[in-house]
Parts: sequence; structure tokens; C-alpha cells
Amino acid sequence: MELFVFVVAAAMILAGAIGVVVRSHPVHAALSLILTLFGVAVMFVAQEAHFLAAVQVIVYAGAIVVLFLFVIMLLGVDRTEDIKTEPFKVQRPLAVIVGLGVIGLVTAAVVASRDVVSSRGSGLVTPDMADPDSNIRQLSRSVFGDYVVAFEVTSVLLVVAVVGTVLLTRRVKPVVEKAS
Amino acid sequence: MMSALISAATPTTTWYLVLSALLFGIGTVGVLVRRNPLVMFMCIELMLNAINLSFVAFAKRMGDIGGQTTVFFVMVVAAAEVVVGLGIIVSIMRKRPGANVDDISALKG
Repeated sequence: MELFVFVVAAAMILAGAIGVVVRSHPVHAALSLILTLFGVAVMFVAQEAHFLAAVQVIVYAGAIVVLFLFVIMLLGVDRTEDIKTEPFKVQRPLAVIVGLGVIGLVTAAVVASRDVVSSRGSGLVTPDMADPDSNIRQLSRSVFGDYVVAFEVTSVLLVVAVVGTVLLTRRVKPVVEKAS
Repeated sequence: MMSALISAATPTTTWYLVLSALLFGIGTVGVLVRRNPLVMFMCIELMLNAINLSFVAFAKRMGDIGGQTTVFFVMVVAAAEVVVGLGIIVSIMRKRPGANVDDISALKG
């Protein structure tokens, strides 16, 4: 069962990711991104990160992809892009080589060190029927206990991001000359 | 025989990390190949998700909730980054419709 879930979710993730890269229409790319994000949410559930799976669906698939689609529609770039012609002859082969190199190196490192990482700490509490919200409680103890300073700094970051975006996208009104 | 084989092959942390590496590599290729700034942004989201996946896998393996907390913060920063990035893209595209990243390689105004 666990294997079945892993295989299906991995197929969703990889199909969506390849779709983002190869689909020439930006809206199709955004929809492929949703497929990947849902697959990652399934993986989060399989790894006992239930709260993060909910946040993944709400924040990523709900808010960020909608923001992407909104900007695509707003800018009117929702037309098929010509991706057959490549501007530089060597760009795509080099990019594929770099990608395969990244995958190969990380995979080699992961496989070589698969027995090194060992368990420590008190361990994750697996939620069950008797205590269904244990994952949320554990996560909130961590966020509001150990990492409370980082949490407060994050609020500053969000304020800065919102104010900066408003300043960036504001249209400067043309100065109207007063008719004298 | 077959069912025993399937039940024996439960996905380990290594499987999740290899999947995460694949997702990260696909995102890298996308950033390098695509020239539409919006699609490049989506590929950056793919890479962030790959990192989140590996953090959660490590949190399970090491029995430490800190990995999930880190994913929480990564998501918040990713949301802020998308807002700022899309704001920049909107303000550039408003001046030059249909621009791709090669047209806007010079950042000075």
C-alpha cells in the first residue's frame, strides 16, 4: 500500500514537473504545477507531516498558483510561446547536461550516505485515532517555542514584501498642470 | 511470492531523497531553458518543493520536528518571494509587453 502511494504520487510529481518545463502555453504550465504540488502534498501525508500537507494544498495550490494564473491573465501572455526555436544553439544541451549532473551528484551522495543519518531527538509523534492532532501540537510547540524569534522576523518580512510590492507596481500619476 | 516482494519493498528515506533530487534537477533544467519569466518562476517553485520534500523526509528519518518547522518557514518565504517577483514582472511587462528574459537582461533603467 505504501509502495502504491509512493509510486502514484511520484508519477504525479514527475509528470507535472516535466509538464511545467515542456508545455509551451503558460496556463498549461501552471496547471501542471498544480499536479506536482498535489503530489508533494500526498508525499507529506505519507511522511506524517499532516499539517504541512494541508498548508501545501491551501497556500501553494490555492493561493500561489491562483496568483500565477491571475498574473498570466492580467498581462495577456496566455498564448502559446514559440519554444521550438532556441536562441543559443548550445543552451539546451548544456542545460540538460547540468540538470543530469545535478541529479547524478545528489543521487550519488544520497545513496552513498544512506546509512549515516540516524534517529535522534524525541521523535515524531504519529497521529492516530486516539490523538489525531498530535502533529499540529508538536509543530506549534516548535514554531512558537524554539523558533519564535524566527516567526516574528517572518512577520516583518511579510510586511516588507507587501509594502515593497505596492511601491513597485504603483502607477505614478502624471502631474497635471494647473490651468492658470 | 509477488505480494511478499511488494510488501517487502516499502519506500525508504532514500527513495524520497532521490525523488527530491529528480524534481530539483527538472526545475534546474526549466530555469535554464525557458525564457518566459513566469514559467521560470514556476520552475523555481518546483525546486523549492523538492527541498521541502527532502526536509520532510529527513524529519521523519531523524525523528525531529525541526525539519517540518523549516518547511513551514520555507513556504512563508516562498509566498513572499512570489509576491515580490510577480510585482517586478508586472511592472516590467506593463512597459514592454511580451518581453522575455533576454530582453530584460540589463536591469538598469
